[in-house]
Amino acid sequence: MNYNWNWKIFLEPNPMGTGTYLDLLLSGLVLTLKTALLAWIIALAVGSIVGVLRTLPSRGAYWFGFCWVEFFRNMPLLVQLFLWFFVLPEILPRAAGLWLKQLPNAPFWTAAIGVGLFMSARVAVQLQAGIGSLPRGQKMAATALGLTTVQGYRYVLLPMAFRIILPPLTSEFLNTIKNTAVAITIGLIELTGQARSMQEFSFQVFEAFTAATILYLLVNAVVVTAMRFLERYVAIPGYITGK
Amino acid sequence: MKHFRNVGLALAATLVASQAGAQELTGTLKNIKDTGAITLGFRDSSIPFSYLDDNQKPVGFAMDICLKIVDAVKKELKLDKLEVKLNPVTSATRIPLMANGTIDLECGSTTNNAERQKQVAFTNTHFLTASRYVFKKSSGLKSIEDLKGKTVVSTAGTTNIKQLTEANVAKGLGANIIPAKDHAEAFLMVETDRAVAFVMDDILLASLVAGSKAPGDYVISKDAFSKPEPYGIMLRKDDAPFKKVVDAATAALYTSGEGEKIYNKWFMEKVPPKGLNLNTPISAELKNEFAKPTDSPSPDDYK
Repeated sequence: MNYNWNWKIFLEPNPMGTGTYLDLLLSGLVLTLKTALLAWIIALAVGSIVGVLRTLPSRGAYWFGFCWVEFFRNMPLLVQLFLWFFVLPEILPRAAGLWLKQLPNAPFWTAAIGVGLFMSARVAVQLQAGIGSLPRGQKMAATALGLTTVQGYRYVLLPMAFRIILPPLTSEFLNTIKNTAVAITIGLIELTGQARSMQEFSFQVFEAFTAATILYLLVNAVVVTAMRFLERYVAIPGYITGK
Repeated sequence: MKHFRNVGLALAATLVASQAGAQELTGTLKNIKDTGAITLGFRDSSIPFSYLDDNQKPVGFAMDICLKIVDAVKKELKLDKLEVKLNPVTSATRIPLMANGTIDLECGSTTNNAERQKQVAFTNTHFLTASRYVFKKSSGLKSIEDLKGKTVVSTAGTTNIKQLTEANVAKGLGANIIPAKDHAEAFLMVETDRAVAFVMDDILLASLVAGSKAPGDYVISKDAFSKPEPYGIMLRKDDAPFKKVVDAATAALYTSGEGEKIYNKWFMEKVPPKGLNLNTPISAELKNEFAKPTDSPSPDDYK
């Protein structure tokens, strides 16, 4: 290898005049976290609703949930973001399309919602599996206590199901963080995007991507640790996540 | 300990031996001689510098120059046969592939600047381009000042976006600058009215416009954000013997007038695969540079 390593590059001023190269990467990291958190909120909210729909006795609700999941799960995320960002505004009426295009921070909102909806399909399937894994008696007991369907879900089924699927949800959250990297295709210059900018400016490609890797690892380590605490806190003795 | 001393002695002996044969080949030249092959890195869509034609074969202005360099290397090494290997590169892979020895020359449209010279070397400049912006005729822009408060796009990681950012502050434009991942996407933003203008090297803008659905709809600004900056063929740093051969080859090509002939072939005539004509006559600055070739990264050295 004929490569000039220069680890001090991070402390050198970046050509954008916004501080050092490290500042450039950190601003990308902040954008990655913002996008990931908003996407995760959307994924949890929408995914929970769709997941519940898939377990209801109603055929219509089941089919809606089924279509939702198959639509968002079967198309590559890259293609979905491209569709939302470039194709959707073109098929809307001209005024609405133009409004959408000139929205400030359009790449950010598109990325957060796009990744959120993509991940919602995965959350939905997990929640469905979680509810499905509960003993049939739980639902019957809820009915026997005089709870309505809504109350049954609210007080019996969902608290149990969410606890059971907490470990796989952790990995879905990690996936959400990693999936935000796809947003560079619609011009969101988050952590991966800034690493690429840095290597274009300085040609120090290995340093740039090493730093990006370490930052992603650190974020993931924080998430994993926090989720472990949460898992222990909500554990039910005798269940998968219990002690 | 004794073992280490022996190794040390052996090393010293080899060092003396190699110094004795100072004329022996080193670095890239040695590699080329040993393998009988030279590898050129090409871009797949840098029209007309380096791109794929309809037979998926890399062609272009920079490719022609590289092939002339190959001829010179072949002559220098007194080889009967020199195999030319072609390897596609992108802006993300050109540095790793150059560093690990996969490619020996990068034939594309890479800006030669001081920052990048810390990592690689460049031979004599083969093109000069200034930062301008493209816009739709219908938007009626005229000068850089007209960008006040508008949404302007440029490509992330380019010198252009840096100059745009600087101008935005210096001239108090208050423009909303959005970075795009590549030139095609940035142009798409203007095409779909997401941004009013795209700031980029004027020659790249010319080729994007020529290849667009309605070339007549677009105008490239007269105002420039920068002095013309040099493009160079990239090679590994700290390989003086190879750089000497390459520099001599490009200097001979440009001063003999053949450089301008190759220039006209790519910039004044129809180029494959779509038969586009960029219609960009050679600039006075580039003409001067061809007369006195230089590998300087500083725009001030090109007058």
